[in-house]
Amino acid sequence: MASVTDAELKGMTQEDRVKALGMTTDQLTGRSMYIEFDPDATERFAYPWAPDVDFNKRTELDCDGMTATEVNANIRSLMEDGFGTIVIKNPRGMHSLGVGILNKLNLIIEGSTGYFAVGLIDGPNVRINGRVGWSCGENMMSGTVMIEKNAGSTFGAAIRGGDLVCRGSVGSRTGIDQKGGTIIVGGDTGALSGFMMQRGRMVVCGNAGKNLGDSMYDGTIFVGGEIKSLGVDAVEAELTELDQAWLTRKLTQFGLMPDKGVAHFTKIAAGKQLWNYDNLEPNEKKLIL
Amino acid sequence: MAGTQYRGSEITDVDQFINDAAGLASEREKEIGQHIGYRYDVNLVPDYNRLTPFLRDYIEFMGWDDLNWLEDIHMGYEEGKPAVFDRNINGWVRIPDGIALPDNQQDRDMIARELLLKFQMSDRHPLVMLRKAYKKF
Repeated sequence: MASVTDAELKGMTQEDRVKALGMTTDQLTGRSMYIEFDPDATERFAYPWAPDVDFNKRTELDCDGMTATEVNANIRSLMEDGFGTIVIKNPRGMHSLGVGILNKLNLIIEGSTGYFAVGLIDGPNVRINGRVGWSCGENMMSGTVMIEKNAGSTFGAAIRGGDLVCRGSVGSRTGIDQKGGTIIVGGDTGALSGFMMQRGRMVVCGNAGKNLGDSMYDGTIFVGGEIKSLGVDAVEAELTELDQAWLTRKLTQFGLMPDKGVAHFTKIAAGKQLWNYDNLEPNEKKLIL
Repeated sequence: MAGTQYRGSEITDVDQFINDAAGLASEREKEIGQHIGYRYDVNLVPDYNRLTPFLRDYIEFMGWDDLNWLEDIHMGYEEGKPAVFDRNINGWVRIPDGIALPDNQQDRDMIARELLLKFQMSDRHPLVMLRKAYKKF
């Protein structure tokens, strides 16, 4: 298995690669399903395959005449060459820009982007000087994203981790299906923000539209302004000192700390009245219920 | 009728799910034979005074100012054993018996973050093999 080189794998079909790596012949019977941490694991901060980039090595990439796929491929190529700071010029509302970056990187986009900008990222620090369309930072895993102007709807859809920040206002369904991470909005957010939120934190410095936190399962929403209405099972909770310290730290970090502090923020959490799930099969249920 | 009753149980002690692996407290949990909800407080924000040197170095390496995605990592408990959920394999990874557990959740969370990070960045993580098999060359 270990004797198969990357060059050899490259020449194979996906099915052959899987076989060559022994993934279809693994003995599963009698094997423990538990995995345990190795307390003596080497200290490493990047994925084993991640290119070694230097934040001080900077370059520019002009999008003119390129497709989004070409721009994204170029970003990867530049990272392979060790560039740790990449400035994207002339994005002109291009869709799906800067997606799937799984490494540390300073990515600066000078202009506005279309939908699904910087989705699926795991690590980079992104600054977008303009506006962004729908679903910016969707499925984001880690890193920081700062939008200088406004963002469209479903900002941070299904985000798993990291900090996604918009200095301006955002559309509706912000953080829909949020599963982790922090979404910060300097202005207002639209209707149904935090819809089906499962965990993570959302901070809105301005006002929130109707049905905030509708059907949220867990997670926390902090709102500095007015809330038009709460959704199903979203309830007000006590803003603790730990919450206030965290809010102060986070908002200061991104230059969004309100002059009057954070004590006026309203904290919204799940009422946990929708926790009806169980994993019993229908036949088992009949026996019990 | 859905949405009429909270059916989980509260976490009252840091060792609750070590001392009582099943941890069934509410009537509903006893009825269905499983614990409802997380076995740790997913909404607990980190106390930055408890950062470990390794985590400080990681934050600096990534160019961040805080724990970033690790803010969502907590030490949980699986079948009476301390464990951390690894989103990259969608499963629990157990803490070895040799590691002493602090008496509070905040310090336990810091240990969980450190161990998970080392595991995810190591060559023994399942993602390494999966990537080799399924990546686009």
